Amino acid sequence: MKHYAQEQIITHVPLQSKVLDLGCGDGALLLKLNKIKKIKGYGIDILIENIVKCTEQGISVYHGDLNEGLPGFATHSYDIVILSQTLQQIEDPKMVLEEMLRVGQQGIVTFPNFAYWKVRLNLFLKGSAPKTKHLPYEWYNTPNIRVLSIADFKQLCHKLGIKIVKEIPIYTTSVQRQLFPKCLTNLFAPEGMFVIEKTASL
Amino acid sequence: MKKFSSDQPLTLSSGKTLPSFKIAYDTYGTLNATKSNAILICHALSGDSHATNLNSETENPGWWQLMIGPGKPIDTDQFFVISSNVLGSCYGSTGPISTNPETQGPYHLSFPVITIEDMVNAQAKLIDYLDITTLFAVIGGSMGGMQTLQWSISHPNRVKKAIVIAAAAQLGPQSLAFNTVGREAVLTDPKHGLSIARMIGHITYRSDESIGTKFGRKLQENADYGYAFSTEFEIESYLKYQGEKFVNRFDANTYLYLSKAMSYFDLIKTYGSLESAFSPCTAQFLIMSISSDWLYPSKQSRELAKSLIKLNKTVSYCEIDSPHGHDSFLMESDQLSTMIRCFLGSKS
Repeated sequence: MKHYAQEQIITHVPLQSKVLDLGCGDGALLLKLNKIKKIKGYGIDILIENIVKCTEQGISVYHGDLNEGLPGFATHSYDIVILSQTLQQIEDPKMVLEEMLRVGQQGIVTFPNFAYWKVRLNLFLKGSAPKTKHLPYEWYNTPNIRVLSIADFKQLCHKLGIKIVKEIPIYTTSVQRQLFPKCLTNLFAPEGMFVIEKTASL
Repeated sequence: MKKFSSDQPLTLSSGKTLPSFKIAYDTYGTLNATKSNAILICHALSGDSHATNLNSETENPGWWQLMIGPGKPIDTDQFFVISSNVLGSCYGSTGPISTNPETQGPYHLSFPVITIEDMVNAQAKLIDYLDITTLFAVIGGSMGGMQTLQWSISHPNRVKKAIVIAAAAQLGPQSLAFNTVGREAVLTDPKHGLSIARMIGHITYRSDESIGTKFGRKLQENADYGYAFSTEFEIESYLKYQGEKFVNRFDANTYLYLSKAMSYFDLIKTYGSLESAFSPCTAQFLIMSISSDWLYPSKQSRELAKSLIKLNKTVSYCEIDSPHGHDSFLMESDQLSTMIRCFLGSKS
């Protein structure tokens, strides 16, 4: 599934574009994008270990905290800003989404869907906070401080005047991808992926 | 140690002129045929040109032995490393202890006040003399980091990569204050004052945590207080030892000059803003701060990096995780070593 999600991101990134990866981890995605799409990439991560790994791969990085926004970055200085599996770990997701679309022409966001049926079952039957294959943490040590669903994300976009260019639900298997109708993604997709941009102001 | 002598006058930031000057330097490794593998190392306040290997005279190891050498992060099998003593220093370059050609006596306090920019201009003459057009990299920590920044700004086409460690665009007011106290001590009593200045320096170069771990409140010899003003705490003894050691190896006037040069360094004042300072730069930057450094806090390094990002320059920034304070850049650190090695090795 992780593989599929990454593939979808790569597919969407235009050739030779400028890409900023927020929460870039060890730089694996930027490296792939560099190889396949010949992008000019830049990463931001909060962990020094990841900064060292990125530098080992020759990726330029900024060691910093997304909760401080992107104050150094000029408006529309990137084609694509990626926020992959990071939104749910941010204190002020609204601010970061707005910052993303200030700095980038388009944003790609992926996050775990807390309305996934297994999560719902956990809560409904066991009466306990969600713990699944995709959300392996206990409530007291999870880095995922923001609990959101695919439906919630859409609603926030609407509220913030963010245009959803494309919605790509991430399923566990390719059969499910064929099987489930679009209206059921909030129940059956463990992860959501969105390509977003700022609505042109009138 | 080698020496480069310039008969050409050097005009200083203050408007004064040095009729001639010498720069002491050492080199390690071999310059390649295309002269494209030269790295300039810039030292901090009390440093010298002897950056690595054992000094044949003093038998001391070089001040950045950990980082420079065959197979080390700054690999002398691959790079030609030039380490020069700054203008104004007392380790072979022209400074307050040098002879004033006009009076034939030592300059002492008649030596003109110099700036980081003056140091870099003098270094550039050395690089000209070595017939090197472009430096593959300029690297420095603390005052050396200030020189590195100045190099990338004053000579934008001569620096390919710049590694700036534990430095800032300007000293913060707190650091400025510590510098002032150090100079006051020296001005009051050159010998004892220099020792006190060094003691203050050592406190600022370390963190509360590192002093705590190493010394705590431990008493040196006695089990209990002696109710007298003798040296009792281990930290007292350590600082006194460092102070006295420094007096034997450093010139008090030189301390005044180099301390003042650091206090004056201010890219924002000189160029109007960091953005206008950095706008001519073409170098790729690696800016690094130390997590426990309160003399040159990370915030100041982040400001440098953010200004470069704003200008669309190539820059990486990281905060090295170390409990040892400002001086951590001189100590063993895998993170620091790997960052430097990879940044020098990376093609992009």
